[in-house]
Amino acid sequence: MSASRYDAIVIGAGHSGLVAAAYLARAGLRTLVLERRPVVGGAAVTEEVFPGFRFSVFSYVVSLLRPEIIRELDLPRHGLRILPLESTFTPLENGDYLVTWADPDETRREVYRHSPRDADALPLFDRLMQQMALAVKPILDMVPPDPTSLAPSDVAGMLRLGKHFRSLGPERFHALYRLLTMSAADFLDEWFEFDPLKATKSASGIIGSFLGPRSPGSAYVLLHHYMGEIDGAFRAWGFQQGGTGAVSEAIASAARAFGAEIRTSAPVARVLVRDGRAYGVALESGDEFEARVVVSGLDPRRTFTELVDPKELPDDLIEAVRRYRFRGSSGKVNLALDGLPDFTCLPGPGPHLRGAISISPSVEYLERAYDDAKYGEFSRSPYMDIVIPSLIDPTMAPTGKHVMSIFVQYAPYHVNGGWTDEKREAFGDAVIDTLSRFAPNLKSLILHRQVLTPADIERITGLSEGSIFQGELALQQLFFLRPAPAWAKYSTPIRGYWQCGSGTHPGGGIMGASGRLAARRILASWG
Amino acid sequence: MAMAAVTPLHPRTAPLVRAGTWRRWAGFVVASGYDPHPDREYAAIRSAAALIDISPLYKYRIAGPDAVRLLDRVVTRDVTRCRVDQALYTTWCDGAGKVIDDGMVSRLDDTTFLLTGTTPSLRWLSMNAVGLDVALEDRSAATATLALQGPLSRAVLERVAEDDVASLRYFRLMHTKLAGIPAIVSRTGYTRDLGYELWVDAERAVALWDALMAAGTPDGITPAGIWALDTARIEAGHIMADVDYHSAHLALIESRKSSPFELGLGWTVSPDKGPFNGRRALEAEREARPRWRLVGLEVNRESVERLFAEHGLPPRMPAVPWREGRPVYRLGRQVGYATSGCWSPLLQQAIALAHVRAPYHEPGTRLTVEWTVEHRRRQARARVVPLPFFDPERKRA
Repeated sequence: MSASRYDAIVIGAGHSGLVAAAYLARAGLRTLVLERRPVVGGAAVTEEVFPGFRFSVFSYVVSLLRPEIIRELDLPRHGLRILPLESTFTPLENGDYLVTWADPDETRREVYRHSPRDADALPLFDRLMQQMALAVKPILDMVPPDPTSLAPSDVAGMLRLGKHFRSLGPERFHALYRLLTMSAADFLDEWFEFDPLKATKSASGIIGSFLGPRSPGSAYVLLHHYMGEIDGAFRAWGFQQGGTGAVSEAIASAARAFGAEIRTSAPVARVLVRDGRAYGVALESGDEFEARVVVSGLDPRRTFTELVDPKELPDDLIEAVRRYRFRGSSGKVNLALDGLPDFTCLPGPGPHLRGAISISPSVEYLERAYDDAKYGEFSRSPYMDIVIPSLIDPTMAPTGKHVMSIFVQYAPYHVNGGWTDEKREAFGDAVIDTLSRFAPNLKSLILHRQVLTPADIERITGLSEGSIFQGELALQQLFFLRPAPAWAKYSTPIRGYWQCGSGTHPGGGIMGASGRLAARRILASWG
Repeated sequence: MAMAAVTPLHPRTAPLVRAGTWRRWAGFVVASGYDPHPDREYAAIRSAAALIDISPLYKYRIAGPDAVRLLDRVVTRDVTRCRVDQALYTTWCDGAGKVIDDGMVSRLDDTTFLLTGTTPSLRWLSMNAVGLDVALEDRSAATATLALQGPLSRAVLERVAEDDVASLRYFRLMHTKLAGIPAIVSRTGYTRDLGYELWVDAERAVALWDALMAAGTPDGITPAGIWALDTARIEAGHIMADVDYHSAHLALIESRKSSPFELGLGWTVSPDKGPFNGRRALEAEREARPRWRLVGLEVNRESVERLFAEHGLPPRMPAVPWREGRPVYRLGRQVGYATSGCWSPLLQQAIALAHVRAPYHEPGTRLTVEWTVEHRRRQARARVVPLPFFDPERKRA
């Protein structure tokens, strides 16, 4: 039995699971990672979808990966290479455009063209968001205390939190409170008048959520995406060379270097539990592995209702997990292109193609896209966040050809009539048709296309309902409520069974923080 | 008349400089960066292909039956072993074994060499050539130099070269035509990445630039300025005259002079060649141990973060490499000084080149380096690491 006995088993080699495994192995634990798919990475994978064309199939940019993880796991030496993604280009429906560049002066000149007042507001808004990101940053790095508990660690945590918020001063605290509760559009209305600017900024507030720019709560997601900005001073944001899969590979390589063992094509059927204590896992193949702790990197639904028998768990937790909102709302279209798209409003292969291309011409456009989804349809004219990684990392495509990654919202998981092959292709057509309105040569360039609906995302990655953050980043399921009250500290009611995915604090994006915090808690309890 | 000259590539580089970011180098103006921030240009060096105008380098053609004898007398490496179409990186020293400059000796044929460096050398070469059958020619103005660096540089070059440049080995060179333009291609560079330096007649330089830019588009070829190059060369652990050391010919005081051993270039001092400038002093120093060493410093990011956090600020790193001296301490006592440093996007770490007194040069030694935060001179923790910081296989492959 000794050969299959481990200190820790991590289920799922997504980036969070790999981070947790790396830290556990680093502390000397004999650690095994089990991954269902043949590749590591979960939603951060690079795959050669068409011969010669490599795609970051799902997650496509890196901005939130915690700097302490980069440092502590020595990720640059294991292949982490972030290439700059410097601008955001928004083509408009009136034939004009808006670009925000890396350089503030250049951005100011461009915004001034549309609204001199907004050009003045921009640096002030950036300052506020930096202050807000600084206010939230310590929270990202802490295990959420339970405000209803009188345990010394919880009381100490709440005190620390209270002290932190007091130190912000009233002005910043109020601004933070507003950010947490308002809609992105309302919040931005207070700052800007040029609608496409508001639309493009509010777009980062809706990514990954079943919310429109006018839905309360969307302002927080805006902040979540700004978190990368304060570390952006270190320029740890942009494309990973070789695609996001190479980020996962780097973390996996670090984990292996610390002694972790990673097995792919090894789907876990269930966690083995005896007398309220986890003691190992059983694979679908029937093989069993024993370990002192089992860590699930999967989302809360799979962690609590599929990997273990819900009967092992208290009813209120099962109820909370049932209420926990996934509601995948986005899809992905990956295109292999014969050349570069030519935008009518800004023709030619200029620097605007090297950054993000945002199809967000107005707040109303986004809200209407959301309206389709509200009533169970994919957006006829969706919001898109587009990048062409091959312009920065030419090795992603054959010489002279390109790969285009299109993140699309909205594509509701619960689409009317369910997702079928026909519906998937209709969704793909809507994306291409919409984009072709701005770049008419697009259709003639397409060599191959891959369309991924939330149902496909769920099927391939295992993310429930195709939710890219393992559950929405909504206030009612953040911090000490993520994923459920009283179970936000990575432990579960089953002794020796832990959770570390994006469904735990602080949640989504290629951030790694939950994996690190979970490992810290596990090691603290190791004794 | 303008005080600073422009390089032969100025007609192409000037329109690309978008924010007036020029600098002076050896009497020329060159672009610090084309963008106001060097991130994209740097990324091209490490992930695609970058085109860099390094024409201000001093270049001397040394021809004649005694060319080998002259160079072997001047430089510290053994030039008698330099084969035709081979290049040597070397230092050259004064009689006291102190470094005057570092650069490259390239053997173009049996009796013809090219010496390139960062300081003027015609007078020094002439003084050493007394009694030798050799002709010296300053080719600095007549020859333009382009550095083509990055993992895809070979792919770009293959598309324009008449001959098989792919087979060119590290530190070898060849005469060929690039897009029909006669050029010397050397597999050399300042970045420690796969890369080439292209030597071309000044009047054909613009045509070569155009051909490379056109052919390299699918490989993401990007013009890069000195900021990007400087970041790459610091990662590569390459020193620069006038920045990381003073030329012995120009040092006002003795303490500003350095020997090759003190600069980490002891390996360029041949132990078994014939007489050369500084030989006796260098042999003696080889036996003794140098008092100073050039080391790499990895600056601890948490300690920098803490300095900023004391003021409630997010950590900031300089956006471009710095070249001002910074004191280096061991337990509060100054034991050296850093001469250039940068944020390394590749290592996600602040790094610096520093001169440190023995015995504090051993890898792993914990030091501190001065770090000014919010107008206050503070110290950031740093660790001595072996140079270079970065040394990929592809450089030699």
